[in-house]
Amino acid sequence: MEEKKAVPGFDKLVVASSPHIRAVETVDRLMWQVIIALMPAAVVSVYFFGLRALVLMLVGIASAVLTEALVEKALKKEITIADGSAALTGLLLAFNVPANAPWWMVAVGAAFAIAVVKQTFGGLGANFVNPALAARAFMLAAWPQHMTGKFPVPLDSITAATPLAILKGTATGTLPSYLDLFIGNVGGVLGETSALALLVGGAYLIWQKVIDWRTPAGFIGTVAVLTWIFGGKGGLFTGDPLHHVLAGGLILGAFFMATDYVTSPITPKGRLIFGIGCGFITVLIRLWGGYPEGVSYSILLMNLVVPFLDRWTLPRVYGVTRARA
Amino acid sequence: MMEKMLRTFYNGIIPENPTLRLVIGMCPVLAVTTAVVNSVWMGLAVIFVLTASNTLISLLRKFIPDKIRIPCFIVVIATFTTIADLVLAAVQPDVHKILGVFVPLIVVNCIILGRAEAFASKNPVHLALADGVGMGIGFTLAIMVLASIREILGSGSWFGIRLMPAGFEPATVMILPPGAFISLGFLLGTMNLVTARLAVRTSRSKQKSSSCAAHAGLEG
Repeated sequence: MEEKKAVPGFDKLVVASSPHIRAVETVDRLMWQVIIALMPAAVVSVYFFGLRALVLMLVGIASAVLTEALVEKALKKEITIADGSAALTGLLLAFNVPANAPWWMVAVGAAFAIAVVKQTFGGLGANFVNPALAARAFMLAAWPQHMTGKFPVPLDSITAATPLAILKGTATGTLPSYLDLFIGNVGGVLGETSALALLVGGAYLIWQKVIDWRTPAGFIGTVAVLTWIFGGKGGLFTGDPLHHVLAGGLILGAFFMATDYVTSPITPKGRLIFGIGCGFITVLIRLWGGYPEGVSYSILLMNLVVPFLDRWTLPRVYGVTRARA
Repeated sequence: MMEKMLRTFYNGIIPENPTLRLVIGMCPVLAVTTAVVNSVWMGLAVIFVLTASNTLISLLRKFIPDKIRIPCFIVVIATFTTIADLVLAAVQPDVHKILGVFVPLIVVNCIILGRAEAFASKNPVHLALADGVGMGIGFTLAIMVLASIREILGSGSWFGIRLMPAGFEPATVMILPPGAFISLGFLLGTMNLVTARLAVRTSRSKQKSSSCAAHAGLEG
């Protein structure tokens, strides 16, 4: 065989398989972006509820990250705690408990979120519901005495009923003003009270193109319209939509939990339907259900239909006509 | 004969445990395992019905026409279930009240009909008896383990005796339906892991012994 003439530098030319152009989006970057977006709410929470809130957040993050590392080590998988997804789950979980919750409950809840909801189904990308919300449902069923009833009031050591419980009529008290609701000077779980801080974070995520505006818009819009129509005591169209939007966990859920990549649809149309469905179930629970708040259950329920939404809203392939039945 | 009976008996406890390996008859498994006491009485009732019906169906296996065998099995099983239900109501009225509809429901339990169809109607009496006792004990052990997990975590006690320190706040969810599914999932996973490890070990030792034998044959 004839020897090939060596081209200078040819042996240094490495051609990898496609894709040759990569986007900067990685799992790590997206997760840390969401954590950054949650920081305003975290700071406001610490300001209103004191150091206790900071302790609970750190316990949640530490427990989630530790559980992820331990489970992945036990299953001999790659340790993925650096991607921030476990830390995000822990932080979101802490955002879901009142300031007077015991620290061990947050630790157990975060461990449940990672070990049971996320890792037993295959880890990041394979969990079929939002881990933080499933763990919230678990804690609500396990220790209802710590998850319901009266929540601490900001800048004070007393507890009082939440605005939504008053609105529903299951508790007595005066409704807070719109301003207090907007800046977060009301009772509630750690991360949900300040609409302002959450909107800042949500706007940042939409600006950074981390989340799609369709899910939160569909979610909040549906809640506003439906509570305006059906929420009033004096008949149709007498409800108070602004109050329903600002109070409770709606903004936290709509921007940070319903938009979870793993458990929300991938098509734009699917995301809109997903948001509207969440809003619909939330209003059902808030107005006619047994609980004053329905955001977490609505997102969990809609998580379950995401595969169907994805299949249903599959975009048409260019050049292919739909078969007519 | 004794060896075959023992093997049939053992088969129901680990290799073909009705609850953890065959995963049949799950209704009482999920429903009555809120406390260990309940699971013990439920287990005893199932052991009695399963053993008695297996034995009787095996005795009658040559007389029962093939086409109407299921109704015949059900009549036999229902008879023994009624006995178990009435005896339990007389001996342990409190437990009977808690177990409620799940004792009469033994009639339609997959384990009992399944063993009648798959084993008792095809095997001699002594094996059917061993199978009934083995499967019954396998079921009882499985629901006792499940009930122990749920009672300890969900009530902080075991057999009604307080186990956990005073500061422990029981996770109520474990004695609610979700707790049953969560603990059952982990129990089934553990069982699969253990069986897989055991299978690997036995196949390895078999390989070793057979290769040893082959070597011995060559040398001899």
